[in-house]
Amino acid sequence: MSVLAYGVVAWLFLIGIYGVVTSRNLIHLVVCLSVAQSATDVLLLEIGYRSGGHAPVFVSLPAHPGPAVDAVMQALALTDVVVGAAVTALLLALVVQVHKRAGTLDPDALRATRD
Amino acid sequence: MSRRARLMFFAVAATGLAVTLGAGLAGLPSFGSQTSTYAAMLNKVAPLQRHVTDVVSAINFDYRGLDTMFEEFILLGAVAGISVVLRPLSDETRQLPADKAPERSIPPPSPAVWLLAVVLGSLLVLISLETFTHGTLTPGGGFQGGVVLASALYVVYLGTNYRTVARFQPALLLESADGVGASGYVFIGLLGLLAGTAFLSNVIGLGGTGNMLSGGTIWALNLVVGAEVAGSFAILAAEFLDQTAVIRTRRR
Repeated sequence: MSVLAYGVVAWLFLIGIYGVVTSRNLIHLVVCLSVAQSATDVLLLEIGYRSGGHAPVFVSLPAHPGPAVDAVMQALALTDVVVGAAVTALLLALVVQVHKRAGTLDPDALRATRD
Repeated sequence: MSRRARLMFFAVAATGLAVTLGAGLAGLPSFGSQTSTYAAMLNKVAPLQRHVTDVVSAINFDYRGLDTMFEEFILLGAVAGISVVLRPLSDETRQLPADKAPERSIPPPSPAVWLLAVVLGSLLVLISLETFTHGTLTPGGGFQGGVVLASALYVVYLGTNYRTVARFQPALLLESADGVGASGYVFIGLLGLLAGTAFLSNVIGLGGTGNMLSGGTIWALNLVVGAEVAGSFAILAAEFLDQTAVIRTRRR
């Protein structure tokens, strides 16, 4: 179970980076970066998980006995999501301007626009 | 660097990364057996200490409140950066495109689309208010509620047109929501200093556990963060929309 759970993290991260390296379109590149970034969300939630644990929300407890999962990791995952959204938005704004200046979204074609 | 060389370079780097990543992940406690003392303690202590039922909110806005303040500033900084990057450049101008067929009016959206936009838009506003006022009780809070509130404006755009949505989101309103939200966080933090304790201490009355108005500063911080996030995401959408709708190259 551990192998599968942590394997997903490594795979998401590496496939995201692979996408960034081989990308032929800047929008695709930004999306690949957020795939790689989502590996950290998955890892945080997995580290905080306890078998049979319930959400760290203590409402109507009699219906949900047992231990709660790690709330600190969930709080960190929230931070990660917000920062990830901010980074993605900023990169996409840069992509808009690159497309206007260079007329292309192919990162390999960009060096021709240098002057 | 050619594509082939780059792929070779990546293969070497990725192998190294995979090995170290694998070794690191293998050293973690096995999945599902997590027993962090800190987390167990917070789960037990937070509802009693802060009168909240959602411990994630208590951590974000109280125990780790300072981190969340910087996180909020990261969002503010990113949105400010986007506004700068997407401003009309020196060879561009802001104007709506000229109507090429003034004798033909734009057909209004179909009644089905309009109805869906009205229903969905008002529902989203309602849900967002529910989400950020109940952040101390159930999953949710300022960040989530703010995003939902901003998406109500996207629905208005889908159901109408650029002119209508521009009327719904005056730049001044969005920018002040953003600024007031971000500075409100600092002001609520300063209340702690005024009360003679540390910055961001929970000094407002805590209220009864399970009531909507509980959690002291956690509840108030959720509100200001909600305003900031809603403003930020609405500005974000407006900036990208302006790029396609009104910002164009100036004629020479």
